Amino acid sequence: MARLVVMGGGVSGHTAATFAKKWLGDEHEVVVVTPNSQWNWIPSNIWVGVGQMTKEDVVFPLAPVYEKAGIDYRQAKAVSIHPEGKTDSDTPYITIEYTGQGKEGQTEEITYDYLINATGPKLNFDATPGLGDGKGQLGEHTVSVCTADHAMHANLELQKIFEKAKTQKQKILVGTGHGMCTCQGAAFEYIFNIEHEAKKAGVRDNLEIKWISNESFLGDFGMGGLHMKVGGYVVSSKLFAESLFAERDVPWLIGAHVTKVEAGKIEYELLDGSTGEEEFDFAMLIPPFAGVGLKAYDKNGEDMTDKIFAPNGFMKVDADYTAKPYEEWKASDWPRTYQNPDYKNMFACGIAFAPPHLISKPMKSPNGTPINPTPPRTGMPAGIIGKAVAHSICDMIKEGENAHLHEASMAEMGAACVASAGKGAFDGTAAAMTVYPVVPDFEKYPGTGRDTDYTFGEIGLAGHWIKHILHHMFIYKAKLKPGWTLIPE
Amino acid sequence: MREEEINFAKSDSFNLTMIPGAFARKLRTCIIWQFIRFVVINIKMLVVVSKSH
Repeated sequence: MARLVVMGGGVSGHTAATFAKKWLGDEHEVVVVTPNSQWNWIPSNIWVGVGQMTKEDVVFPLAPVYEKAGIDYRQAKAVSIHPEGKTDSDTPYITIEYTGQGKEGQTEEITYDYLINATGPKLNFDATPGLGDGKGQLGEHTVSVCTADHAMHANLELQKIFEKAKTQKQKILVGTGHGMCTCQGAAFEYIFNIEHEAKKAGVRDNLEIKWISNESFLGDFGMGGLHMKVGGYVVSSKLFAESLFAERDVPWLIGAHVTKVEAGKIEYELLDGSTGEEEFDFAMLIPPFAGVGLKAYDKNGEDMTDKIFAPNGFMKVDADYTAKPYEEWKASDWPRTYQNPDYKNMFACGIAFAPPHLISKPMKSPNGTPINPTPPRTGMPAGIIGKAVAHSICDMIKEGENAHLHEASMAEMGAACVASAGKGAFDGTAAAMTVYPVVPDFEKYPGTGRDTDYTFGEIGLAGHWIKHILHHMFIYKAKLKPGWTLIPE
Repeated sequence: MREEEINFAKSDSFNLTMIPGAFARKLRTCIIWQFIRFVVINIKMLVVVSKSH
């Protein structure tokens, strides 16, 4: 019997663990280690953040789902990886620290034959002074929609602003809280949902709503933007995004690295090197992501974290990490199998794998401050990569360690993305987009880097319906209800 | 002044982009049109999903 240990139970880890268990059956063991007791459909957090959904609508308990699937669930955080075992044993293992199940604070070693690192990101609030509380958590001056609890808190604060806006002017600031953030899409959705709800509440005229982000142009989204066919034209996402911001009267500040957050005020540096301040009554600023801080040790207990992980804490896989200028970046730099180059029984998927470089063009201010979005690795790509990795490991277990590995390069896969711009069965809208491939391939698609037959976007009620259906469909799938395997990632 | 033209004057950034007119905005929430778009977008997304697995 082989044991697969999956660290992390988000979109990628949950997909990998559940498919692996389905394919391996009872002959082999699947263990999931995640510090969370609940699974969260994160894309719907923005609706919790404006009071249009409750926390209960976007989460469900993991324990009964894993019990039904026959997966060994440990509510714990992974602390360290020991791929060579220890001095008296060659069996690799990880150490974990429980966060629930009545064993809070207890540590344990779990041996493995195969390991998937799907630990997702650490929300690195403390990277910006004042954005965090100095202990790694969200600070007191801003809100976040990164978790369901954060989103609930954001809504409580937002409702106070709406109440004040009935009688006085209020200023709302939404965007990214650092020059190296990703996930601009979540902030994009949140700002337009706030704007939509403000109109419904009759307080829009008293609200100044402003966007701030590290993108060098609106519509970059960490993917270097995209070109899509609209109305017979091939247009840049810049025009698409700017049009929506102008239509909704939302001014923007871009190329911004937030350097400090205080009560009611941020300080920032722009790509041109200038600095400035922006006041606010309510701010939702996305933090930068980092690896969760896993350590790695060799057989003798010597620290080899630098060998396994990139400096940003994400795990090295089969990507080309050679440092090279933007002009020499290639689609082939991106990983295909997500296998660690040093330990063939270790894989990383979702946000946990280290990308070879940015997707967006790297930018620096004259002061040397890097200000550019980091690559998104969430949603559909995270699910597809998780499934491919599970498939590879199942084949290695059944056919031997030289089995063919399944591939899921982000430079060869597309992504469907639906960004809500307001919730409502008849007055809601969302930008429905597809991009193919996620990472542009300028050798295959000279010009835009992508296949414009499969890269499109439009905004409307249909997009909202799709996002709402996806909400129910993916929670249904994650609960492993009948037919769950038929729903694509 | 038409509603869609008001925002152009609010900033230089707004002035240099495009803003949909009343008809384009109406189509965004027109149930019949959006039902058609719902079918079309789903087909397009399924094609991209199938190419990506």
